[in-house]
Amino acid sequence: MAFISSGYDPSKPMEGRISDIGPRHFGEYLPPVIKDNFGKWAYHEIIEPGVLLHVADSGDKTYTVRAGTARLMTVTHIREICDIADKFSGGYVRFTTRNNLEFQVETEEKAKELKAFLNDQKFDGGSYKFPVGGTGAGVTNIVHTQGWVHCHTPATDASGTVKATMDVVFDDFQDMKLPAPVRISMACCLNMCGAVHCSDIAILGIHRKPPILDHEYLDNLCEIPLAVAACPTGAVRPSKVEINGETYKTVAVKEERCMFCGNCYTMCPSMPLADKEGDGIALMVGGKISNRITKPAFSKVVVPFIPNEPPRWPTMTKVIKKILDTYAADANKYERLGDWANRIGWERFFEKCDLPFSEHLIDDFRDPAYYTWRQTTQFKW
Amino acid sequence: MAKHKTPLLDQLESGPWPSFVSDVKQEADARAKNEKGIDYQIPVDCPDDLLGVLEMSYTDGETHWKHGGIVGVFGYGGGVIGRYCDQPEMFPGVAHFHTVRVAQPNGKWYNTQLLRSLMDIWELRGSGLTNMHGATGDIVFLGTTTPQLEEIFWELTHDLDIDLGGSGSNLRTPATCLGMSRCEYACYDSQELCYNLTMEYQDELHRPAFPYKFKFKFDACPNGCVAAIARSDLSFIGTWKDEIRIDQEAVAAYVGGEIAPNAGAHAGRDWGKFDIQKEVVDLCPSKCISYDGKLTIDNKECVRCMHCINTMPKALRIGQETGCSILCGAKAPILDGPQMGSLLVPFIEVNKDDDYQAIKDIVENVWDWWMEEGKNRERIGETMKRLGMAALVNAAGVPVDARQVQEPRHNPYIFWKAEDVDGGWERDINDFRTRHQR
Repeated sequence: MAFISSGYDPSKPMEGRISDIGPRHFGEYLPPVIKDNFGKWAYHEIIEPGVLLHVADSGDKTYTVRAGTARLMTVTHIREICDIADKFSGGYVRFTTRNNLEFQVETEEKAKELKAFLNDQKFDGGSYKFPVGGTGAGVTNIVHTQGWVHCHTPATDASGTVKATMDVVFDDFQDMKLPAPVRISMACCLNMCGAVHCSDIAILGIHRKPPILDHEYLDNLCEIPLAVAACPTGAVRPSKVEINGETYKTVAVKEERCMFCGNCYTMCPSMPLADKEGDGIALMVGGKISNRITKPAFSKVVVPFIPNEPPRWPTMTKVIKKILDTYAADANKYERLGDWANRIGWERFFEKCDLPFSEHLIDDFRDPAYYTWRQTTQFKW
Repeated sequence: MAKHKTPLLDQLESGPWPSFVSDVKQEADARAKNEKGIDYQIPVDCPDDLLGVLEMSYTDGETHWKHGGIVGVFGYGGGVIGRYCDQPEMFPGVAHFHTVRVAQPNGKWYNTQLLRSLMDIWELRGSGLTNMHGATGDIVFLGTTTPQLEEIFWELTHDLDIDLGGSGSNLRTPATCLGMSRCEYACYDSQELCYNLTMEYQDELHRPAFPYKFKFKFDACPNGCVAAIARSDLSFIGTWKDEIRIDQEAVAAYVGGEIAPNAGAHAGRDWGKFDIQKEVVDLCPSKCISYDGKLTIDNKECVRCMHCINTMPKALRIGQETGCSILCGAKAPILDGPQMGSLLVPFIEVNKDDDYQAIKDIVENVWDWWMEEGKNRERIGETMKRLGMAALVNAAGVPVDARQVQEPRHNPYIFWKAEDVDGGWERDINDFRTRHQR
């Protein structure tokens, strides 16, 4: 391999340097019909699952074909997307907030042709490359984090849990038979890069063992005061230990105070939490972002722990499917999962979804806990 | 021929959903064949080694990535996240495997020319693996080595006129819904505001000077497609003040069954005939809609939840006096539990003509306060909780408003200030004693 220079000269780093130019302006990438009707859209319809029609005040129409992706995508795969966009949609393509692809085409016939084409594309291993769907009252693509693919703090994998889940709920991606949209999200640790805390169903990686202390290295790798200050519950304090006659400056952890958030590890690599038996998944439900009908809401933990079962996490996907199917059968039209649970009552939610209620589900974290306890005699048997 | 055996990952190739394993294998093959004769600048077999290390995690139940070191490009404190494998001898292709965040065009619209140019850089100088896109919104290039960072930055800025995104304790790459580009609900041009603020605050984006991360997100209506209300320190959510526009003929067409409700979103199941009373009137959260052959909305009582508009998009349109609400302090649970954005500014005009100065004034006031008061690694939502909503409202320089609370306080522990009280707090004990014996 010969080093190829871009033109950058390390001996003169400032020469010709360009910085702080920001992103390209989005206006350069709008398909003509989108540019022409910017801010002048009249209404939209979902023609069939995965196909949207937008009509402008001018009468102009554009059809959108939406397809799911794994989000983790390679150069080769993205070039295939480019080939499709060049062939069908004038060389334009858009990514949605939930990692779907969208192609704009001019006619319904072309949209259906593109949909069929996308659904025909398969990986060598057999899965779809670009399954069309993700619209309306269904499950759309899962927003997720990096997991074991690329992150240093995960308690589980992200791409694998998402693949396993989407395989199980695939019908609901390609159809629109649920009472309302269901947004499933995945975050591989409590840092929640994926911000799953307001999702209809949230898959969340959690640790359950306090940090292991690498005493002999800790003081070299970490700022002890920062590690101490990082703990939200005050479980970490400065300490000294003696190993083989040598005294090391280190920290001590009051283990019963640890809530396994991993914040100490973020500040101090000598305090890892990851552990095969300790780590796994919590499931949360009932969150939403939208202001529609009811207020935005946080997700609630309904399953405190499911062990990691790679590669397909069968226990986790079974519980998700059960919750989704129970909701689908029982909720009213337009009722989001959390609104359904609120209406029937959470005691009934656990009963109907066949989920055990344990003490781990009673909040005991600071003030917000109080607002989750029942202060009424209005409950159900 | 795969470099490592991956029996567990191979099981993720079956099933309908797109398999990232198949895709990474496809890339590994393409790099091995190298039909275009590319002089790869990082190890050719890094996709193979990525699968190898991931398979090891599937067996071990633990990650094999180490903490990032300090890597980046000259003059920036963010945009690159250092990443090293903790089994470099077994997987040399990914021993050094840093992430590069690249600023995405707002609304994530692309043409293939731009995408292909980005892919050319990443094929030559990186692993060929990406996230389209990261949770914050950036294009994420997964995996390269330190000597390539300046080269990638040079090519991005010189050849593609594109910058890096944010990471660390700075302004993170702002993100927006697709707004006016393809949505009839857009109450303001979320993409243009996002672009303008991104350009205005490039310094804050690239050079960490904040107590912790800070996120702007822009939702052009209360439906909230980018989840601004749940995950951004300042959320700009479109809204309106005047009346919902009604087309009574189209309402009749919905009632008559000629138009499918909710834009056809429920087509997968037979929910029966559309019932406007049950599906719109009764579900209105502020009960401001009635129907007696004609739809009437008491707009003064409307809370703009979007339900009636979403359900009958051909008949109802948002008002015309539009702008945005600004909410502050949303975040995921770490450290103090999750927080939703709290309403700071009920309504503000989104005015491009004065370069959005009114919005920038609020942003800068809020930042000044947080940089003064915030502790290290404290999100502004936590600073707000610690010091109070009123302190934020005052610092932001916006009027106090009943809309900023759900309900007034439950306790009378009011922190009165001396200037709130007639005569102030200075008193003379001797004067007091003229009326009260010791």
